[in-house]
Amino acid sequence: MQFSRKLQVGGRDPALGQGVSLDGVTMRFGDFLAVDDVSIDIAAGEFFSFLGPSGCGKTTILRLISGFVEPTAGRILIGGQDMAGIGPNKRPTALIFQNLALFPLMPVWENVAFGLEARGVAKQERRRRAEQLLELVALDGSGDKRVNELSGGQRQRVAIARALAVEPKVMLLDEPLSALDLKLRQHMRAELRTIQRRTGVTFVYITHDQSEALTMSDRVAVMSQGRIEQIDVPDAIYNAPQTAFVAGFVGEINRFAGHVVAADARHAVVETDVGRLRGVNRQALRPGERASIFIRPERMRADGAANPADENSFEAVLDRVGFEGNVVNLFLRTNAGREIIAQQHNSDDLSGLSSGAWMTLRFAPDSAAVLPAEGRFEAAA
Amino acid sequence: MKGVLSSVRRRYGGVATSLILVSCGLWALGLVVLPQLMMIDYSFRPSLPPAKQGGPEDIYTLANYAALYGNPLNLAIFLKTIWSSALVTATALVVCYPVAFFLARMAVGRTAGLLFIALVIPYWINEILRTFSWLLILARNGFVNTVLLDLGLTQEPIIFLGTTPAILVGMVYAYVLFMVFPIYNSLESLDPHQIEAARDLGAPWWRIHWRIAIPHAKPGIAVGCIMTFMLAAGTYAIPAILGGPKSRWFTEVIYSQFFEALNWNRGAAYAFILLIMCLGFIALMMRLFRVNLAEVTR
Amino acid sequence: MSADRVFRLFMGAYVVMFLVYLFLPLLFMAGASVNDSRFPTLLPWNGFTLKWFGDLFNDPMLWQGLGKSLSVGAGVIALSVPLGLAAALLLTELRGKARGLLYGVLVSPILTPGVIIGISTLVFWRQMSVSGGMFLTVLAQSSFIASYCMLMFMARLQRFDRTLEEAALDLGASHLHVVRRIMLPYLMPTILSAVLIAFLQSFENYNTTLFVYGTDRTLPIYLASKVRIGLTPAVNALGVIFIALTIVAAVVYEWRRRAALAVKPGKRAERPEPRTADLRPAAEPA
Repeated sequence: MQFSRKLQVGGRDPALGQGVSLDGVTMRFGDFLAVDDVSIDIAAGEFFSFLGPSGCGKTTILRLISGFVEPTAGRILIGGQDMAGIGPNKRPTALIFQNLALFPLMPVWENVAFGLEARGVAKQERRRRAEQLLELVALDGSGDKRVNELSGGQRQRVAIARALAVEPKVMLLDEPLSALDLKLRQHMRAELRTIQRRTGVTFVYITHDQSEALTMSDRVAVMSQGRIEQIDVPDAIYNAPQTAFVAGFVGEINRFAGHVVAADARHAVVETDVGRLRGVNRQALRPGERASIFIRPERMRADGAANPADENSFEAVLDRVGFEGNVVNLFLRTNAGREIIAQQHNSDDLSGLSSGAWMTLRFAPDSAAVLPAEGRFEAAA
Repeated sequence: MKGVLSSVRRRYGGVATSLILVSCGLWALGLVVLPQLMMIDYSFRPSLPPAKQGGPEDIYTLANYAALYGNPLNLAIFLKTIWSSALVTATALVVCYPVAFFLARMAVGRTAGLLFIALVIPYWINEILRTFSWLLILARNGFVNTVLLDLGLTQEPIIFLGTTPAILVGMVYAYVLFMVFPIYNSLESLDPHQIEAARDLGAPWWRIHWRIAIPHAKPGIAVGCIMTFMLAAGTYAIPAILGGPKSRWFTEVIYSQFFEALNWNRGAAYAFILLIMCLGFIALMMRLFRVNLAEVTR
Repeated sequence: MSADRVFRLFMGAYVVMFLVYLFLPLLFMAGASVNDSRFPTLLPWNGFTLKWFGDLFNDPMLWQGLGKSLSVGAGVIALSVPLGLAAALLLTELRGKARGLLYGVLVSPILTPGVIIGISTLVFWRQMSVSGGMFLTVLAQSSFIASYCMLMFMARLQRFDRTLEEAALDLGASHLHVVRRIMLPYLMPTILSAVLIAFLQSFENYNTTLFVYGTDRTLPIYLASKVRIGLTPAVNALGVIFIALTIVAAVVYEWRRRAALAVKPGKRAERPEPRTADLRPAAEPA
């Protein structure tokens, strides 16, 4: 995949991909509000992911963009053109379905060439283009096989080739990797990213798997109950969550609920059941407001030194140690019974740790986030 | 309704949607609803010569229905038809249940396949031929009489043909398979572990059937009974072949109103009575077995 | 354990008796058709003959009836298979009351006695000055045979993976193209079955046809008249031929059906895996 590096820098051809804009898009199914006033601008050639739990409305957004359903309110623009009233077969999009939806009664090459067939391309030319695309996805020579003779990963690639065949401006992917086993899934992530960079097509990717979204995407939109919680680059989604939902949904996190006792433009101090904890005041909270403070396990330092008087430190008892190779997870419990995870790099210092030992946990204020409590995540938790 | 049509159009496009709607409309109205309504309309009008149709005498009346009530012979035939059809249905149910159970739950592999085909073949043989084969058996010089005479069990050939029992024998024979297949279909989905568990708990075989298999087969039993009853009450062929003047069936009465008395209005009224009776039986079965239309026609 | 064996033996014996009951009358008929007797009977046995078959072949009425039956059958196929398909396509899309009503109307012919379908068709078309004949026979038969076709298509469509259709549309195919390349190939086995079933139903129909045939006597109508009046063993010969044809058709159909069932496990494999996402615990805190 050497080619990808060069393409990544200067080779992306903006003419290939087109931007997608959602402008106040709302979708109702009867009484159910699937998508609630969503506005997003996806740039041409961007790899954009929608991340959220099942039922959050992300699949509906994909079906709205591809044209299988028309929004109850709002506009959808592709390449600046309003898509209202334009059917799925007239839009410059190609959708890769969660179940792939390969045509079981056609051989592989006819699957790949189906879009060309629909456009009236002559058979010989179709066959030629199908072989080219199969080569692109490393399936050359499989054109005459039946779909059910292929493995899961191969079918995945046929679906990609089939979608690429129509030279879409926007590629829509609906959890296409969810049926694959872990190893294959990781391999396909890299492959998808490569194909995206190489073709310059805008990718809109739907997933409930945060690591998938964070590793592949240029930007991620985290969704919950039909609404966008946060749109950001993966780094910011992980390190600077704007809402309690995002903090709780993306990755492991330690959370302490309480209320703000002191705040300035940069930091806020939250009174919790382990004492006062200071974190970044991202939502301009004022003293008295209910809030939670979130700290990633890898930002939590644990040591045996007893000096709990320090700021942002508290004591907890070690429950068990989970070795994961390069990192070690310490599972601890506070006096109030709250479970804490602290992740450490594997080093000699950790030898000799035993369950029941009291440890002091501390973290830097800049690595913790203080967020308002009235988020839906709070309510549910 | 508009939302429905738009979803059809979204799926099949404008041209195909129009074709689909026109086809369904023509079928539902032109072949089912309007003919039935016309038949009902006929049944409430007097039989008049063409010149007087639409004239002052052409009024709605219950006379055609009263005619059945006023004719003890035809009324008796009507009641006999209901009663006998119910008898045929009950007999077929008793005869068929073990066969359906065997086919669904006891036969395996090749036996099951062969048995299935063996049952399918008579199912597809013409009703008239199936009935005719019994004519050969029950005739004055037929198989049964030949055997009885040869064995000296009777001195004179017994007259079977032209009697109601002969018709019933023919009907049970002709319609048993309409009972076997629905029951088979519903028993096939019975989890064999249920039977094993019941047996494990010490239930005798009859209790296993009464408490587990038969309740599970209810939709199939309902379908089988409905089909058998409807076929028996509505057949013309079997009474015409095995019956005689003394064993007339209600369908024969209807037929004679149409093609012998040439009183289509009265014929339509009688036909409607037959239809109501069959619908009543269907409703009764659906209530009795607590199944709905979708299950019945599955 | 032994009680179980006794039960199995008893059931097996019962089923064998049932098969004897089913086939013995048919064997009598076959036997009588080759008995050199003036009457259609198996006993007394007067020796083997094929003359009754010869009689049949020289019966012009028979050939006429066969011709009518084949024509009616073709007409019924041409009408009821498309009607059944159209209704199944519409019903899979409908919901709620409209669906219940249309479904009720369109399956009702199956639950209506055949004679009544014949009568209502006859009465209805007299208003348009159309009297009994092949045309009415085709219409009357189709009105309930289409219901059977519809049920077959609905069963097939229920297992159809709608995303295939959406995928084709998404790739730019027109609705017509989707129907031609995705729907029809998927429905083809059912279309063939429906054609066969429609033909068999039409070919053996008597009760409905009786009221609408006019002067166009189909084979069952002719057969019934022979059975009722002209008792010669020629009827048996006709019956044997009829049965032989039915057996061939039934075996072919059953064989096709079983073959289709047999490849089903493989078919399932070629269908997409279940949506594993749905099986995973929801990531959202509950």
